Amino acid sequence: MIARRVSLLASVAAVLVMIACTNSFEIPIETPIRPKLDVAAFQRVLVAGFIAGGTEDVDGNLETTRLLRSQLRTKSELRVIDSDVLPLQEVATEGRNGDSAGGAATTPPPIKEQKDLEAYEHVFANVEYWKRIGEEYQMPLIVTGTVLFTPLQRNQIVQREQEVYDSFGRRRVVPVRTYQERKGFSLDGRFIFIDGRSGATLHSESFNEQILYNANQTTPALSSYFELMDRLIPSFLSTLSSQKIKGTRILLQ
Amino acid sequence: MIAVLALAAAPLAADARDDAKKQVEFGISVAQRGLWREAIYRWERATQIDPTYAAAHNNLAIAYEHEGDLMKARAAYEKALELEPGNALIKQNYELFKEINDRTTR
Repeated sequence: MIARRVSLLASVAAVLVMIACTNSFEIPIETPIRPKLDVAAFQRVLVAGFIAGGTEDVDGNLETTRLLRSQLRTKSELRVIDSDVLPLQEVATEGRNGDSAGGAATTPPPIKEQKDLEAYEHVFANVEYWKRIGEEYQMPLIVTGTVLFTPLQRNQIVQREQEVYDSFGRRRVVPVRTYQERKGFSLDGRFIFIDGRSGATLHSESFNEQILYNANQTTPALSSYFELMDRLIPSFLSTLSSQKIKGTRILLQ
Repeated sequence: MIAVLALAAAPLAADARDDAKKQVEFGISVAQRGLWREAIYRWERATQIDPTYAAAHNNLAIAYEHEGDLMKARAAYEKALELEPGNALIKQNYELFKEINDRTTR
């Protein structure tokens, strides 16, 4: 992703030079993006909660629910329902143990990696459960899913340039290969959109974003989480509402 | 005979490019005033008059993008690049378009 952006910036610089030399005109454009999902039948949206896991530094369920609600409030025409975040992990555990009628509460095992999520995925297919939630909140569009925010470590050989001076004091730049330790986070999961009238899944989309820093850089987990979510928000919003993406292009003569 | 025909065709092609260029120029002036539908009409005309005019296809792609017709925009960019594969400005426009298009298909 970063390499792609760097190459894009380099080509923008080259293009700016070209613009000066050719019959071309920079023009601002706004690209309208149609929503992926037809939400005309809904007036409200309930971001119900997420089955979340990974690092304990970030409550993926609470933070994701809060962030998506605030984004939808400002960038979607649907009315966002304020409610307590559903403890979906407990709901899934209860459902599986068949003690949803009020038996002893079972502590769900912690979710540390992707395969741990599989034990809970069945809750999204529980049409009766989602229908009941839908009835409780006046048939909204329900947003739920999974969020796995895990620490990441990657060691690799990187090439960088180093200044060296010879015995005559002449400066040279030589490529040096060094071993670099990098740390960061990975954000994986799925947004699931459920029809609150029927309890059926309308649409789902998976995501995976990663961020890496130099090992000596200390970035709080929550900051990294928001940085990664920031990349996912445009795609999430474009599922529900039309977006206009501003940019510039070059007209040619 | 073929040489004679080729010689006769050359001015015709030049005329077509001149006519298409007028349409392209007018399209640019209206697009700059926000009249994108008129610009589309002009650039479509330009590509009909001279289908080998890469700039007309490039501009048409931008206009389709602005109108949200991403399928047509892609086809027009690809045509422009097919005609002028080394044109850095068209490549740049196409890369930016692809970034947006990828977001919608992710």
